[in-house]
Amino acid sequence: MITAAPAPFGQSSGPTVRRVNDPLHGDLLEVSMGPQHPSTHGVFRMDVTLDGEVIVKLKPVFGYLHRNHEKIAENTSYLSSMPYTDRLDYLCSMSTNWAYAMAVEKLSGQAVPDRAQYLRVILAELTRIVNHACLVGFLFNDLGTSFTPLLYAFREREKIIDLFEALSGSRMMCNYQRFGGCRVDPTPEWLAAASKLVDNFPRFLDEYETMLTGNEILLARTQGVGRLDPKHAVNAGITGPVLRACGVNYDLRKVDAYGFYPRFDFRVPLGEHGDTYDRYMMRILEMRESVKILQQAFKVLPAGPIMDPKAKLRGFRPKPGETYGRLEGPKGELGFYLLSDGTPNPYRYRVRPPSLINLTLLEEMCLGHTVADAVVILGSIDIVLGEVDR
Amino acid sequence: MLGSGIIKGLAVTAKNFVGSYFVPERMVTEQYPEDRPKLPENYRSFPLLVSETAEDPMGTLRCVACQICEKECPPQCIYIEKSKDKKPDATGKMQLYPVVFAIDTSVCMSCGLCAELCPFDSIKMDQVFEVAATNRFAGLLLNREQLAKSNAYYHSIRPVEAAEVDARLAADRQAAEAKAKAAAAAKAAAAAAKAAAPAAQPAPAPVAEAPKPPSPAA
Amino acid sequence: MEALDQIRDRLLARFSGASVALVTNPGPAAEHSLLLDPAHAREIALFLRDDSALQLDYCSNATGIDWPEKEIVETKKVSVLDPAGGPAKITEEKTKRVEPGCLEAVYHLYSMALRHGPVVIRMRTANRSDKVNLPSLTPVWRSCDFQEREIFDLYGIVFDGHPDLRRLLMWDEFKDHPMRKDYVDPDDFEWEPTPHAGVLDRAKMHYSAPATLAVSAAPQPEVKP
Ligand code: SF4
Ligand code: SF4
Repeated sequence: MITAAPAPFGQSSGPTVRRVNDPLHGDLLEVSMGPQHPSTHGVFRMDVTLDGEVIVKLKPVFGYLHRNHEKIAENTSYLSSMPYTDRLDYLCSMSTNWAYAMAVEKLSGQAVPDRAQYLRVILAELTRIVNHACLVGFLFNDLGTSFTPLLYAFREREKIIDLFEALSGSRMMCNYQRFGGCRVDPTPEWLAAASKLVDNFPRFLDEYETMLTGNEILLARTQGVGRLDPKHAVNAGITGPVLRACGVNYDLRKVDAYGFYPRFDFRVPLGEHGDTYDRYMMRILEMRESVKILQQAFKVLPAGPIMDPKAKLRGFRPKPGETYGRLEGPKGELGFYLLSDGTPNPYRYRVRPPSLINLTLLEEMCLGHTVADAVVILGSIDIVLGEVDR
Repeated sequence: MLGSGIIKGLAVTAKNFVGSYFVPERMVTEQYPEDRPKLPENYRSFPLLVSETAEDPMGTLRCVACQICEKECPPQCIYIEKSKDKKPDATGKMQLYPVVFAIDTSVCMSCGLCAELCPFDSIKMDQVFEVAATNRFAGLLLNREQLAKSNAYYHSIRPVEAAEVDARLAADRQAAEAKAKAAAAAKAAAAAAKAAAPAAQPAPAPVAEAPKPPSPAA
Repeated sequence: MEALDQIRDRLLARFSGASVALVTNPGPAAEHSLLLDPAHAREIALFLRDDSALQLDYCSNATGIDWPEKEIVETKKVSVLDPAGGPAKITEEKTKRVEPGCLEAVYHLYSMALRHGPVVIRMRTANRSDKVNLPSLTPVWRSCDFQEREIFDLYGIVFDGHPDLRRLLMWDEFKDHPMRKDYVDPDDFEWEPTPHAGVLDRAKMHYSAPATLAVSAAPQPEVKP
């Protein structure tokens, strides 16, 4: 078990920076990568200082997509924030919805019927597959394999997104969870289609891995790149697959045992090296575990109501109090801190964005690597700017 | 052997390439403007207002201008002005109606909360997704006339949901009529009792006939 | 994990002179918290992280809360005895007092090693205007780095000892702190076809013929007077 020792500030866990005292050596070069750089997954910016092609300093710059989501949510009712949470991590609106619904349910002490609990697990795991498929595809784009792996991944993702559309009415902005349940009950046809898709998914994963996992270029570009050591990672609050790639066994589905996850049999994949390759493998392995969870869930999904009959949509006023609800989102720990003063609007509404906090050690990971590696490292952390900037 | 990984990968790519001509699950590209996508029933784009008939959409709007949707709409893009007078709604009750009902679709985020919360089944989500305009204000601001769509149209885009709504409304209407009849009968009975005419028995209330739900459009 | 009041007692025993108060949470979640005094907060945080029974090695969430000054009007019923010997009269006495405001930072701590939590700790500034300093916990938990920068940006709490305290989301030249409750957003109203509620007031201020529009023929934006 890892116990974090005091992390001396600013100390890099990556390779030491090359220092050249050669009079012929040129000046340092400052480059602004982003906010309109194709590799930054949105409007993220890194102020990079380069010594030749090697990074000696990197400062992330945020805020290009800032819209003060938290203020908007504090000025509107609990329910009206639900569609806005879709826009945080716009690739995984189902699990963001769940995180928010879970926090509100914790705040108001509401119960959720069994069927809704199972549906939430199903949708959250489908979302995890969607997210990881996207991420792996984009990671290869960052590596320079222009589009083939991305399009294969997107082809599979599209099938799941179509399911979301058939269920919730929208491909990405699902707005599906409600306080005390879910909004739409899936039809038997939907469940059959979803279950068939899930059964076929491992075939795609096998094919994908045949194509890529043994690829020598991938190995050369990712192994040993962007190493993160577990002590620093824990101290810096890194969560999700990035943390588990360093070998820290911390998955909220097991630790907090929220929802109905204790009823499922699945393993938590762990990496060893904490490098980019491990982070890539974490995603592939987690997709396989998600498939396992989903197959179990489709078998045991009970009939019944999907909404708590006592649940109230309009005029919802939780009692005064505060709470912090968190769940294992595809990108890491996604938390909502809510403080109610008994009025219809939350007094304080805060999102703990995993994408933002996972970037804390970006500089340490990139130091001593080249610009091309920084792009890959950033890609392997998995950020979505809607959530980073809120 | 160095390079075997790459060769294996290329074999997969070749399989996919050939498969994209023959294997249905690899043939994923839709030729969009020629092939129309088949939308699932739940698909939502922008709101519409349901009217009972297509001939007199403004006269038969289900909306009673209760302004719940206006209040709950997260980006506040609905604008309603209530009428001064009242007219009978679907269940025959006297209700207000909206004289102005506008939705700014440049702001609407298609969340569907308005449709979910409307207690009168009046505002529903449309499925038209090809919306483009040349004018940001006039083109995207939909007024009452543009938003109104007939119940038949609603049936054509969402048959299952619309049938449920119609059944529910029919039941409400029936209950309302039965109640009105019962009230009238009770009144008549009371009047008769007051008059103390021994022969006058109140006629039993005839069973209210269920109004037929409008037939779904073909 | 030991209960929160036990933790508090241990802290009080160990850090003499520190004040640690238990803040109860009345909601169903019942996540109570410890209010630390800023002077000792850094040492206490270090202790919480390194203590073998707690090992709170992971600070998940750090956030700010704004508590503006509140004017509280208390009505007290006072019965005044009638000197003439009649029945006692009940009069209402109103007392006004201003509850001082503060900014608050809240941290949610967990232990990854022992898998327990959360322990919620909070600190309060002395007021909302000039005494807004709190010790930074970034040297203890690196995960507070961006989050404290965000609190500084949006609430204006100055974290002493933070290695790189700059605005995170707003641009550097920005003056105010947008998440404060009394923040007034800039008056950059743009013509909107259907203004209502608060937006309508602004529309009236900016455009001479305010648009409570007849929507049917949506007018073009007027030129600003
Ligand atoms: S559409 Fe529905 S919710 Fe909106 S005003 Fe009309 S009746 Fe009320
Ligand atoms: S769909 Fe959402 S945003 Fe659009 S009008 Fe309805 S409530 Fe408002």
